[in-house]
Amino acid sequence: MLEEKHNIKAWLYLAPAMILLLVFTFYPIFNAFFLVFLRDFNFLAGSFDGFTLTENFVYILNKPDFKKALLNTLMIVFVSVPVSVILALLISAWLNSIKKLQGFFQTIFFLPYVTNAIAIGMAFAFLFHRNYGLINTIFNWIGLPSINWVGLGAGYWSSMFALLVFIIWSGLAFKIMVFLSGLQSIDKQYYDAAKVDSTPRSRIFTKITVPLLSPMIAYITITSIIGAFKEYTAVIGMFGVRLGPAGNDGALVTIVALVYEAISRSGSDGAYSEAAAASIILFAITLVFTLINMQVSKKRVHF
Amino acid sequence: MEIKLEMLTKVFDNKEKGLTTAVDKLDITIPSGKLIGLLGPSGCGKSTTLYMIAGLLKPTEGKIYFGDENVTDIPPEDRGIGLVFQNYALYPHMTVAQNIMFPLENLKVPKAEAIERAQEMADLVGIGELMDRKPKQLSGGQQQRVAIARALVKKPRVLLLDEPLSNLDARLRLATREEIKRIQRETGITTVFVTHDQEEAMSISDEIVLMELGIKQQVGEPQDVYDKPDNLFVAKFLGTPPINLFDGHIKDGKIMIGDANIGQLKTDDKEVIVGIRPEGFSLTERSSLKVEVDLVETIGRDTTLIIENPTRKGETFRAIVDAEKRIKPGDKIKLNVKPTKLFVFEKDTGELVN
Ligand SMILES: Nc1ncnc2c1ncn2[C@@H]1O[C@H](COP(=O)(O)OP(=O)(O)O)[C@@H](O)[C@H]1O
Ligand SMILES: [Mg+2]
Repeated sequence: MLEEKHNIKAWLYLAPAMILLLVFTFYPIFNAFFLVFLRDFNFLAGSFDGFTLTENFVYILNKPDFKKALLNTLMIVFVSVPVSVILALLISAWLNSIKKLQGFFQTIFFLPYVTNAIAIGMAFAFLFHRNYGLINTIFNWIGLPSINWVGLGAGYWSSMFALLVFIIWSGLAFKIMVFLSGLQSIDKQYYDAAKVDSTPRSRIFTKITVPLLSPMIAYITITSIIGAFKEYTAVIGMFGVRLGPAGNDGALVTIVALVYEAISRSGSDGAYSEAAAASIILFAITLVFTLINMQVSKKRVHF
Repeated sequence: MEIKLEMLTKVFDNKEKGLTTAVDKLDITIPSGKLIGLLGPSGCGKSTTLYMIAGLLKPTEGKIYFGDENVTDIPPEDRGIGLVFQNYALYPHMTVAQNIMFPLENLKVPKAEAIERAQEMADLVGIGELMDRKPKQLSGGQQQRVAIARALVKKPRVLLLDEPLSNLDARLRLATREEIKRIQRETGITTVFVTHDQEEAMSISDEIVLMELGIKQQVGEPQDVYDKPDNLFVAKFLGTPPINLFDGHIKDGKIMIGDANIGQLKTDDKEVIVGIRPEGFSLTERSSLKVEVDLVETIGRDTTLIIENPTRKGETFRAIVDAEKRIKPGDKIKLNVKPTKLFVFEKDTGELVN
């Protein structure tokens, strides 16, 4: 009797979160798995032309944009994740070791976290501006020529580079915060012991700090990989809906960008199913990477 | 390696608490190859002293010598010390073998030699079969041995132990302190052993250094310090059960507790504090110290009489006597006091009256 009462109460407490999850997460997931098997589904008309197992997948896989989006997404994952994790580790280790101005620097590194990504993206686009940007100004100071990073007719690699810098920088704040709290919970005696045993600084970092931080590193790596696979706002923030520098439209398209692009064509037949197929493929890739990641963690992480 | 501390002082400057003098003008010479017990109540500056010897804390004033070498400004990594922390600080992600070998790898000892030396050291401390375990899979006592092995494997000049037994249960503590003594003897390494447990310090140390409030109280062989305490603090700190204290006075060269004369001491007439070790009493037919027994405890060989303190209302004192004499609560007895177990202290300063 008593238990039952508690149960009802518990469900009531959970209800707001559950309802939101149901409406905005679970329903769309199930719906995606439904839509992907419809032939020529039209969202506005609500009509479709029977069922198909593979047609929508085949269609999206054969789109030239999809290959481009997949490559861009993989590039973002494999460059931005390792670089930002390592940078965040080094920065947090440095922050943890300084005594003066620690709070000040902590605030500086944390600012991007509370700043709107689109706004930061626009600021970054300006930093990389061909004529007025800070990057080129510095380049000129040290005697290098200006580069057309993200302007009209900018090349793929320069704009990709600018995009990666932006993604890495904006992801640092959260990682640094997690690592810093991890570092601060490591018992200081390990470092005293290492000092007494004449351990060089680099070895202290690789043999003591990193292993003791490994649960956090694993967590950050997994969530960053998932986040990087879903990257979209950074491209919009820097390049707008053109998804690339002017004159090179769509150069930096990502898989999620493809999903949005398809949805924006809601009036045309099959657009929603196309979007569903793209997101399910992304889901499958992300799942595989996460499983691999967890498998590696099991062997390498010391809890 | 002889260790000499000269006027060693450490003042902590805390934002909230202000200045704390943790160690105050400490002068100690620790003879080479000996095991010294650094003893005192919690917060008296033992760990601070140890960490200054290790180089992890910088002295505010004073000097530290290892032999003839002034090491005061030398960083810990160059001092050649082995340190065992209170909670061992074993690296949780490394196996026992990796933990022990860690200092050797830092010194670039060739791998084969490192493995051999680690095994040798593990065998010495009796954990030779546990090399592949992680610290979490070891008992407290085993972890403690790993910590000692790790501290000793690089053949340090000095071994420093900070309350190494405080995390062990009573039985293990006894066994492990014997073990530490044995390892120290076999290696002949100069060792400083910090503890707040007087029994532990007394049983293991060649010499003890007794501290209070950062100030050295007395140095000497354990039995000597016990037998000839310099002051009231030392007398009170050493011994279980603790020394009995009475408010007494000196009159015409006689030590008096109330009306009872319990000994002789040539000094001026004055109020004093009289300390008598529990084992310093004996039953007798003729004595002016007449008391009534409150309680009798017989534990093993000893019979302890618990008696109301004639000079301090509400307090009791303990007398350990022969178990053969059957005494019951309520018995009226007469007690003799052995002169060697009797100490007279100044009432105001607590110094021994000679
Ligand atoms: N880092 C510190 N900052 C301020 N005060 C300290 C610090 N470390 C120790 N103390 C103070 O110094 C005194 C001695 O401490 P410690 O050497 O740890 O004592 P023990 O090891 O004998 O228990 C204590 O009063 C303690 O509060
Ligand atoms: Mg201590």
